[in-house]
Amino acid sequence: MSAERPTADPRAFKDNSRLVLADPVLRRNFRGAMDFLTDKRAAQFPDADAFAELRDLGKQIRQHALANLPQLLMQLETRLHENGIHLHWAEDAAAANAIFLDLARRHDAPTMVKGKSMVSEEIGLNHEMAAHGIACIETDMGEYILQLDGDRPSHIIMPAIHKTKEDVAKIFATHIPGAGYTEDVEELIAIGRRALRNEFRTAKIGVSGVNFLVAETGSLVLVENEGNGRLSTTVPDVHIAITGIEKVVATLDHIAPLFTLLTRSATGQAVTTYLNVISGPRRADEKDGPREVHLILLDNGRSQAYREEHFRATLQCIRCGACMNHCPVYARIGGLSYGTTYPGPIGAIISPHLMNLDSTRDLPTASSLCGACGEVCPVGIPIPDLLMRLREAGRHSHPAAQQRQALKGQGAARSIVEVVAWKAWRLLYAHSALYALFAWIAPRLRVLAVAARSGWTRTRAPLRPARRSLREQLATRTPLHSRKALRDRHSPD
Amino acid sequence: MNPPIPRHDRPADVYFFATCVVDLFMPEAGMDAIAVLEHAGVRVSFPAAQTCCGQPAYTSGFPADARAVARTQLDLFAQPWPIVVPSGSCAGMIRHHWPRLFADDAALAARAAAVAERVVEFTDFVVATLGLDLTAAQNEAIALCLHTSCSARRETDALRSGRQLLNTLPGVELRTQEHEPECCGFGGTFSIKHAEISAAMAGDKVDALLATGCSRYVSADCGCLLNLNTTLEKRGEPLRGQHIASFLRNRLRLDSEPAA
Ligand code: SF4
Repeated sequence: MSAERPTADPRAFKDNSRLVLADPVLRRNFRGAMDFLTDKRAAQFPDADAFAELRDLGKQIRQHALANLPQLLMQLETRLHENGIHLHWAEDAAAANAIFLDLARRHDAPTMVKGKSMVSEEIGLNHEMAAHGIACIETDMGEYILQLDGDRPSHIIMPAIHKTKEDVAKIFATHIPGAGYTEDVEELIAIGRRALRNEFRTAKIGVSGVNFLVAETGSLVLVENEGNGRLSTTVPDVHIAITGIEKVVATLDHIAPLFTLLTRSATGQAVTTYLNVISGPRRADEKDGPREVHLILLDNGRSQAYREEHFRATLQCIRCGACMNHCPVYARIGGLSYGTTYPGPIGAIISPHLMNLDSTRDLPTASSLCGACGEVCPVGIPIPDLLMRLREAGRHSHPAAQQRQALKGQGAARSIVEVVAWKAWRLLYAHSALYALFAWIAPRLRVLAVAARSGWTRTRAPLRPARRSLREQLATRTPLHSRKALRDRHSPD
Repeated sequence: MNPPIPRHDRPADVYFFATCVVDLFMPEAGMDAIAVLEHAGVRVSFPAAQTCCGQPAYTSGFPADARAVARTQLDLFAQPWPIVVPSGSCAGMIRHHWPRLFADDAALAARAAAVAERVVEFTDFVVATLGLDLTAAQNEAIALCLHTSCSARRETDALRSGRQLLNTLPGVELRTQEHEPECCGFGGTFSIKHAEISAAMAGDKVDALLATGCSRYVSADCGCLLNLNTTLEKRGEPLRGQHIASFLRNRLRLDSEPAA
């Protein structure tokens, strides 16, 4: 990867993506990684009808959960309480970080070990804790590599997918005391694991994300492959889990279909190595497990996406990452270009709610609407439709925008040039006589090359109208069936 | 998973909805599609007041403008004839998105639905309804690739129809480019708003087509054709894409249009 790195700001989206597009090695690596993942997923869903059926089930489960979200959250709260799990509500990142800080101080914990959690990235946990002298150590191998290197995740499932093994070799040799330089993958993993074991032994607090919450049983479900999630949630005395309010489902029965959709879509695995179901702290007769379990439920814009019916489907997401693996845009610019916690198609539809539509205005337009994301999404989120709705919201502020907690930044992408252009288009194309005149003039001037002024011509020949429009040619044409010559040719010999 | 394609008994008449891109940028594709339809014994009616399905504004976040334009197209198809569209993405727009575009007005929505259900993509119509006799087609050997637009692939049956058609044409060897289902990077205003990303996608698609060694590629979507052909032209590559109707006309040896 070139020395200059994409910045963590979605307003820099275009500059960021230019940086990656200009790096052929990085692009080749991305393409290879995405092909590998899409092939693995395809092998898990050999039968399109079976996939459609399972996806329908997953979609119904998630829609059912969202339709009953307030009740399910209340039920969850009761069950968690019965199970001895402390529940904290956090309206935004600052509130969530304050809860972490308070718990760390109460337990006098200078370090926390953390399993993979995108929501902790969303609130900037590591950075916030560091500012208060608390080390939050990533234990997912990919995240650990990034933390050592001061880099950001570029994928929600495989955070360090933009790093080559040579990169990792250098990072470990530089940052892990006593680690020699090696490009052997097994050895690299062993080095990382050794370094992390020490942290697990001493940390008082373990942090994790959550894949699903079960309202019926008050359980936290955690899906992982490396075992670091299980260590983070069982070895330290205190376990703090954090996730978004939308992650709840009604019953334990609902987990099985979502689990299989998740693992097959995410990594092409039939099952993962670990599936943790956490339903409380260590009990009197148990030999291990945390003495305290906390769950922080974060809103951070989710309830606003929830309130607008058109956008609610965004919250169905189970964060499998399949939409990014299949996205031709993501495959070319990588995850860092987006400048948001969640990149790719899911990032483009959720970031405007978590941040605002002003700073994220370039994300919904950065799609050819090819539909690959919507096709693979295991819970049937109509991602292209949501992208179009966000494009619209970026250009028009609706009365709803005036209401409290509506999508912030509506109308921010409104450009007067664009509005006028579409008004002119509408005038022309909604008045056939005017259009006919235009269709007669344009070919004669041959200056209709709208795109000629834009980036189009850097890699393409200019687009020019044909010499005579179809309607003009048809006006002077004799239909085939009245052409004598043809009739003759068709007569039986 | 695609919705069923309307299968008509071979009609005596059809409407032809050319689309704005064909009208101004690739009229030969329209002329060739009409010639093929007429060759099969179908009378083709071109409502002169037609303009555009509204897709460009719709996908750009201007549904009100899209609606105003689409609204004027609702009156053009009075007879109960099939409406043949030589572009998968426009056919998809009408079939799938018009009903939603008019969702808040029951009367308009009903009219839009009545038009939408008669709309059929050209390749689908040729394969499912016309059942062309291809025995008279020329059989000179040619290696060909088929590029299907994303909307055609997902909202019509044009991929299957296109393959079936090309596989039954004598002399045609259909080759498959790497990442065949992937988008060519056109995406309407996307290609202007995010020109570099779009160009990277188009560049990769062109590389994949060139790598097959095919001497031509065909598509039933003019957006893709313009995107890829201008990319090839800029690179100085001789490979060109052609609308599938033009290729078909040529293989069927239908006489070309009299010089104007
Ligand atoms: S939007 Fe769908 S495909 Fe993308 S991460 Fe979420 S669940 Fe997976």
